[in-house]
Amino acid sequence: MYPDEFKYTREHEWVKLEGELGVVGITFHAQQALGDIVYVELPKVGSQAVQGKAIGTVESVKAVSDIYAPVSGEVVEVNEALTQTPELLNRDPHGEAWLAKIRLSAPEELERLLSAAQYRDLVAEES
Amino acid sequence: MVGFGGWEMPVQYSGIVEEHLAVRRAVGLFDVSHMGEIEIRGPEALALTEFVTTNQASRLQVGQAQYSALLYEHGGFVDDLLVHKVADDHYFLCVNAANQEKDYEHIRRRNRFRAEVEFAGPRYAQLALQGPRALETLAKLTETDLGALAYYHFTDGRVAGAPARIARTGYTGEDGFELYLPPAEAPRVFGELLAAGAEFGIRPCGLGARNTLRLEAKMALYGHEIDASIRPPEAELNWIVKMDKGEFVGRKALERLAAAGVRRKLIGFEMRGPGIARDGYPVYVEGRPAGWVTSGGPAPYLNKNIGLCYLPLELARLGRPMEIAVRGRLIAAETVPTPFYKRARAN
Repeated sequence: MYPDEFKYTREHEWVKLEGELGVVGITFHAQQALGDIVYVELPKVGSQAVQGKAIGTVESVKAVSDIYAPVSGEVVEVNEALTQTPELLNRDPHGEAWLAKIRLSAPEELERLLSAAQYRDLVAEES
Repeated sequence: MVGFGGWEMPVQYSGIVEEHLAVRRAVGLFDVSHMGEIEIRGPEALALTEFVTTNQASRLQVGQAQYSALLYEHGGFVDDLLVHKVADDHYFLCVNAANQEKDYEHIRRRNRFRAEVEFAGPRYAQLALQGPRALETLAKLTETDLGALAYYHFTDGRVAGAPARIARTGYTGEDGFELYLPPAEAPRVFGELLAAGAEFGIRPCGLGARNTLRLEAKMALYGHEIDASIRPPEAELNWIVKMDKGEFVGRKALERLAAAGVRRKLIGFEMRGPGIARDGYPVYVEGRPAGWVTSGGPAPYLNKNIGLCYLPLELARLGRPMEIAVRGRLIAAETVPTPFYKRARAN
């Protein structure tokens, strides 16, 4: 369920390294807890993400939730498809429904994130 | 599961949208055992019920229910409720879960009649079976002639062998039934209802769908559209206040309010810009703060983002452009007629 090559936050975001870029998304557990996702607010391309600070929001029928940046750096690309089809986040949260790509300004931050095994434990505790 | 006044309740089973659509198109089953029940009995049960509620209980026939409200002396809401007339000397009230202790105390303290007030919540579980196929589903499990039970009427019978008060009432904007049963029987009856409704595509439904359904139907939720600071004419609930029925708690305050004039009103809106209004978001008209959202969110059946808000009376006009402050950004919206959703009725 939770790919080993991803790193995870306690707030249920994931990041995957692609060269010097970090691809960022929300986890399967996050979309499941939110339920039917109906609206996504993405960060602006060119904006600066700061680890642990909000870069956008995701809304389901029942609630609004902030998306926190798992890593710091410049936002170089966002997944515009989500604006039209936010439900993609329910269908493929770890793949097609990535949110943004961030050029890492402090790669050492990755060490503060959870491994897949640690994240699985967190989800088990919360469920 | 979420905690709700000491109850553990699912917000959703299969998903709010799926559950919501099942109720609009077929049938859904809600466990609403958290709802409170209060019973009023005795030779002056009617006098007490008339005194503490706003609607006219004396117009009820045995086996009939009405939507009503409990008010404070200052005219604000204690709660909204359903009043059922079981017998000339027996009224059965269904009240909001989180308010049941408060409601019970409120009624008990104003009881200067020959009537007894019972806090009956623990004796009842409640299941709500709602949707166009609710009747066919329930008919499989009861000998009660459901077709003969008119809207807002009830009868005592059996469902799947369990004694049940069967009321043709609901909180979804659909036809359906609310069943009051002994708690020990409720889990089994819940399962039998799900099995009976399987051929129609029944879904168990959680608190999430209950909220989106009632919002589409513009039914008030205590703590949102109504609370101690809101009075019936502001909430567009004058139709459950019978000023000519005689003395009742809150009446004098409502007379003063009518003389002074109502200054704010509940009104429905749809989002025009990209954004979803949520409870508590500020409303702006012509750039100025004008009110607040009481309930808001996506309407799964209508496929729109809707909400209810309070606006000053002079601004509460249909078709008025306004803006909702969605986390710091002003998003366009417009007032619209309500209810947002109204089912087609056969008669």
